[in-house]
Amino acid sequence: MHLAHYLGLLHRAQSTLAGAFREVAGAHAAEPDVFHLCHRQAQVCDTHAELLEPFARRYAEEAPDEPDRLHSELFGGTRTGGIGLLRDLQDLYLMAAECDICWTVVGQAARGARDRELQRVVGRCEGETAVQLTWLRTRIKQAAPQALVVAG
Amino acid sequence: MVDRIADPWGPRTPYGPGEPWPERVDLFLGGGLAEDDVDGWYQSASILHSNGDAMDIAVKDGRIAGVRGRAADRINRGRLDPKDLYGWQANNSPDRLTRPLVREGGRLVESDWDTAMGRITARSRELLDGPGGWGHFGFYTSGQLFLEEYYTLGVIGKAGIGTPHMDGNTRLCTATAAASMKASFGTDGQPGSYTDVDHCDAIALWGHNVAETQTVLWMRMLDRRRGPNPPAMLAVDPRLTPVAREADLHLAVRAGTNLALLNGLLREIVRRGWYDERYVAAHTIGFDELCRVTDGYPPARVAEICDVPAADVERAAELVGTSGRLLSTVLQGFYQSNQATAAACAVNNLHLLRGMIGRPGAGIYQMNGQPTAQNARECGADGDLPGLRNWDNERHIRQLAELWNVEPDTIPHWAPPTHAMQIFRYAEQGSIKLLWISATNPAVSLPELARIRRILAAPELFVVVQDLFLTETAELADVVLPAATWGEKRGTFTSVDRTVHLSEKAVEPPGEARPDLDIFLDYARRMDFRDRDGNPLITWRTPEDVFEAWKECSRGRPCDYTGITYDRLRGGSGIQWPCDERRPEGTERLYTDGVFSTDPDYCETYGHDLATGAEFTEREYRAREPGGRAFLHAAAYQPSAEVTSDEYPLLLTTGRTVYQFHTRTKTGRAPQLNDAAPDAWIELHADDAARYGIADGDLVGVASPRGAIEVTARIGRVRPGVVFVPFHYGYFDVDPAGRTPRAANELTVTAWDPVSKQPLFKTAAVRVARLSRNGD
Repeated sequence: MHLAHYLGLLHRAQSTLAGAFREVAGAHAAEPDVFHLCHRQAQVCDTHAELLEPFARRYAEEAPDEPDRLHSELFGGTRTGGIGLLRDLQDLYLMAAECDICWTVVGQAARGARDRELQRVVGRCEGETAVQLTWLRTRIKQAAPQALVVAG
Repeated sequence: MVDRIADPWGPRTPYGPGEPWPERVDLFLGGGLAEDDVDGWYQSASILHSNGDAMDIAVKDGRIAGVRGRAADRINRGRLDPKDLYGWQANNSPDRLTRPLVREGGRLVESDWDTAMGRITARSRELLDGPGGWGHFGFYTSGQLFLEEYYTLGVIGKAGIGTPHMDGNTRLCTATAAASMKASFGTDGQPGSYTDVDHCDAIALWGHNVAETQTVLWMRMLDRRRGPNPPAMLAVDPRLTPVAREADLHLAVRAGTNLALLNGLLREIVRRGWYDERYVAAHTIGFDELCRVTDGYPPARVAEICDVPAADVERAAELVGTSGRLLSTVLQGFYQSNQATAAACAVNNLHLLRGMIGRPGAGIYQMNGQPTAQNARECGADGDLPGLRNWDNERHIRQLAELWNVEPDTIPHWAPPTHAMQIFRYAEQGSIKLLWISATNPAVSLPELARIRRILAAPELFVVVQDLFLTETAELADVVLPAATWGEKRGTFTSVDRTVHLSEKAVEPPGEARPDLDIFLDYARRMDFRDRDGNPLITWRTPEDVFEAWKECSRGRPCDYTGITYDRLRGGSGIQWPCDERRPEGTERLYTDGVFSTDPDYCETYGHDLATGAEFTEREYRAREPGGRAFLHAAAYQPSAEVTSDEYPLLLTTGRTVYQFHTRTKTGRAPQLNDAAPDAWIELHADDAARYGIADGDLVGVASPRGAIEVTARIGRVRPGVVFVPFHYGYFDVDPAGRTPRAANELTVTAWDPVSKQPLFKTAAVRVARLSRNGD
């Protein structure tokens, strides 16, 4: 049973994303919507990580070895300015996308394991991750023309 | 006549349910004139609030001499707000701008039109030259111009320059009204009619101090309350307003908790079976999700979040849940507060659950704060597209492109039009280099004024201000254009309940002042904007030319004006849109058949996630198969972005007094109005006042993380933990050397609702301290 691998991966991805949301919020505090919404999304990620924890513990007992470090390094710190905002939001987007596909994988595994409790958690969390992706895409679409075509 | 300063609402004319509202003609003439002395009367409507009260302007010897309410009009039946009775005197004020001003060596000096417009045109051409040139322009307009002016400005910006950076101060007053109606019903457009007051058996006022913001609508409500079988009344407001005192039940909720209250009320209505199961099944989407979300808000939890008694939550649910004809009105207490769009949608939910929409007495007013806000929204001069079209719908863009004979690509539609706060952010960052401000005063009305002044004063930003007076904003401009105003120009505008009025030109503007329309047309001519065949983009000369062109733009849309002409608006009453061949007399109520504007090809938005503002796509929207059903939007309560702390222990809410409008540009120049409310103040609850050793009349320092002001204390009229400061007061009438900070927006926070992008004026954390004793 290798579900623990993915649970560990997703748990770390959510924690990392929470931290990245907070860093971006701090770096772009002059964009009030980015500041407030990133802080709020960081809390959402914290909750996801908390919800995953009991499952990660439970399935770790059945795992053949320690969960490995599958996740990629997508976030290397914040930038400044209009293009910096765009790049930072894009990093968040890619990190959220990693979480999104992990939810799909974990959700499928939960069905295979007939784990209703985990399915409920996945059902809630994958919806919230999808909203994060949609919001980031919305904000990126708004910012891109001014940052790339207009700003000097 | 009664003293309408002492009694803003005048004598009662009680009436019963289903009866017509009796006439009462209000009149004020200056200089001791009698009605017979007047040379001529010119039809118009109010420009000093959003109610749309019809009046005639009296002219004596070529000057405006007074006003008289129009008894024939459906909105006011002759009554006038005290601001209208006295506010016209500002037209004749000696400090009107009569010549253009240009900045020379750091000072504004008198100039002429050719020089002023020449400078604007030269800078515009320079900026427009090269890729991305459109992105250097920002237009920030008003809720106080006329329909014809907004439409012209919209075409200049969207088809001439091709910029999405256009918004109005409607963003501050009415953006949430529009956003909530789009979200719930598919498009903007007020479902109800003011005549719903005549028929209702319950009125719920959600964050709406109608007694001071729309006095004539309040007179109508009071007249029902004093007549037989009066409607019950619920007020939700942290302040003890005149509305709260009149209401049968007042919920003085903690600022920023509206959505928690509404969720609790919706839960009670479902659990007690007070909802209309058949209506919900046939005409709405989202009931199960709404039940799931609201189920977490039992009265005890609501009581805790909102700091009101649980029993009052249950009583409120019963009041709105058991009425037979419920009328709701919503305004800034919801629109400018935490979770604005979600809370306004929750009021729509209440009416959809109960099937209280589209019949006499069962109505919703998602109110406007300004007289012509509706037109800014319809005509595409603020963050909307002309004809309430959907920026994300390629077919809607093609319709506009054909109408204007430009390439669809010319019209920016890669994202929604840029909202005001983002326009100012781009200006702050330097990518917007020309900001044209018409008929509004952001240096007093936007949040965090120190920042706004810094942005406007930056030398890199070329600021054009078009106004009647040298406002606080005009002081910072590079070019100031003297504008004509109400009574000095012709045009139309539309009330909250979709009633269109014509406002005639009664007198000549002072000096060289010009109608705003003429200024925009002059700019279009000088810029030589062309259509795709090389012909002039804009060929209109007169307001009526523009109105006729606008009618084509509105054809087939919710705000269809095709059945209206200037002549039809003369004499008699205003006409409610939609008005077309099928509905030549206009339309009193929308959605009478329970079919909403949610068809994917017709709707104004594909929708948002209410918590983040994330936009859904056309495909996602179509997958929901709305098919004319309304959306029940559910959202969980989240605390405000800014909450109190040990350092800033009180919550500031801002708002109006009945005697002033906007930033007092006109009302501060009408002696009766100015004498009635000459200066800013702070309202504190007696417990808070005692805690800080503050007595009535003391000078109080109020500070937030953004700034500080000094104002006089008034004890009472507000709930514990919340303080109130009126937002009208700036500095134009104070010598620049002696300006003590007093504008409420020195304190407010730069933050906005994720969907409507309306700034959150109602939730800033502040601290107070006594500066000196009353009389010291």
